[in-house]
Amino acid sequence: MRPDQEIIAQWIEPGSKVLDLGCGDGSLLHHLNSTRNVSSIGLEIDEVNIEKCIRNGVNVIEQNIDHGLSNFQSNSFDTALLAQTLQALSNPHLLIDEMLRIAERGIVTFPNFGNWKSRLYLSLRGRMPVSKFMPHQWYDTPNIHFCTVKDFDALCREQNIRVLERTVVDSRHQGSWAMKAWPNFLGEIAIYHISRK
Amino acid sequence: MSTAFPQDSVGLVSPTLHKFDEELVLRSGKVLKRFELMVETYGELNADRSNAILVCHALSGDHHAAGYHSADDQKPGWWETCIGPGKPIDTNRFFVVSLNNLGGCAGSTGPVSTNPDTGKPYGPDFPVVTVRDWVKSQKMLMERLGIGKWAAVAGGSLGGMQVLRWAISYPECLHNAIVIAAAPKLSAQNIAFNEVARHSITSDPNFHQGRYLEHNTLPKQGLMLARMVGHITYLSDSAMRAKFGKSIAEFEAQGTNFGRDLRTGKLSFGFNVDFQVESYLHYQGERFSENFDANTYLLMTKALDYFDPSVDYDGDLSKAFANSDCKFLIMSFSTDWRFSPERSRELVNSLLKAGKDVSYLEIDADEGHDAFLLPVPRYLNALSAFLDKVHEEVCSDAS
Repeated sequence: MRPDQEIIAQWIEPGSKVLDLGCGDGSLLHHLNSTRNVSSIGLEIDEVNIEKCIRNGVNVIEQNIDHGLSNFQSNSFDTALLAQTLQALSNPHLLIDEMLRIAERGIVTFPNFGNWKSRLYLSLRGRMPVSKFMPHQWYDTPNIHFCTVKDFDALCREQNIRVLERTVVDSRHQGSWAMKAWPNFLGEIAIYHISRK
Repeated sequence: MSTAFPQDSVGLVSPTLHKFDEELVLRSGKVLKRFELMVETYGELNADRSNAILVCHALSGDHHAAGYHSADDQKPGWWETCIGPGKPIDTNRFFVVSLNNLGGCAGSTGPVSTNPDTGKPYGPDFPVVTVRDWVKSQKMLMERLGIGKWAAVAGGSLGGMQVLRWAISYPECLHNAIVIAAAPKLSAQNIAFNEVARHSITSDPNFHQGRYLEHNTLPKQGLMLARMVGHITYLSDSAMRAKFGKSIAEFEAQGTNFGRDLRTGKLSFGFNVDFQVESYLHYQGERFSENFDANTYLLMTKALDYFDPSVDYDGDLSKAFANSDCKFLIMSFSTDWRFSPERSRELVNSLLKAGKDVSYLEIDADEGHDAFLLPVPRYLNALSAFLDKVHEEVCSDAS
């Protein structure tokens, strides 16, 4: 279990209904199913991951979330998760809107481009940041919508979204008092717990 | 194929006839006073009978789903790809039950059986049976076999529809529902193809209003035509191009020939069979017309047309699943245009709306509707993965 997943798990109420958008190999849902007794569905497009979900006993639907979620009923889940996927979506703002139509609360995690390492990389080298954590070159990256903690805060304000909790961690998923104080500068991964106002 | 069967085959099998002296009230209101079901089983039922899987057949299938009927049997059962030791429906650990449905022509009570009221074959007097009636008879078979709950019920196409009916009518009787290349109901296009098939049969001069057996004849031309039409809908355009066209290597050198391989290498400039695809359809149709009963074909297509579990629920399929208590695995194939992925997604969306446990895979496959019978790796792997979990969760012998 990745530490960011531990943080997410704490925000999930036992016995609740969870929709994981881009559920990967289903390890988080498997964890939530067994420790929090949730009823859950994951959406995924990667064939290998889908088979792993099935092997894990995790409900998985082969569906591209970038094509919309209109097949899901409003208010049919307690929590919708969007972990490390926001930056790869064509219309992140629309998907977040949809998440909060389908679920009462949303949990969104994304790499924070406002992190000092990204800033330093761009200002010193003058090139788009590439790291072990974000290894793609600009022309072949699936990540087409990078944002910063401040950007996401602004989006939440614009879309009338309440931020219930926000935490940032580094690439080893550790938090610190300093990151709490300067999240947009020190945080590498942002984790938001959001709902409609 | 005279001596040894493949290692991963159930090998030599023989069916058993189960007689039911109870009445079966059909959806039409008609009653079968007694009936018989031809059944094959593979693998061993475990001590607490928790490892049984029911396999439901499609339009032209029967109880012979796996293995061989004799040492020189050329063809194994229809789902040999999936059933056998070490295969996805692993007979080393599951007890597999497969039957010929009522109205069939492979040993279960149907139009070729003798009508007890007349002493003659039922023929066209055999009542129209529905998916619901089949599942009702399958439930009676389940009780006869002493099975309280299926570990899974599985089927493709019309077989998948029977699985859905199980989940709706007998929710307490199955742990898992595996529905492959199916649809929640037929579309007008599907019904149209079925009607062409039926009309070709009923307009055959040898049909005799369905009493061809009494006239010692068979409507072979009509049945052949019905099968030819059906066969086209089972294959995709790409599957036909590949099957009847140049091999890939030649393809790249010469460009695609769209599956237009000639039978003899030149055009006949007549109305003979010129292309491979024509001769294939003729062959398939002819072989089928010698082995299948025309009245059964009419009944099976009607069962397809009538299938629509949402009718009892104001057209809302999700309501039909309200009491379903099983896990669902739904799979579709990308080039299937008979029951396209969209149709499976309708099903998935209804299950999601009903809040059910469901997994859905859309398998990339060139083979069209027939893919569910073929060794498509991703399909077989997913089925294996799912059934591994089924075994672990519901079978007492799992370690």
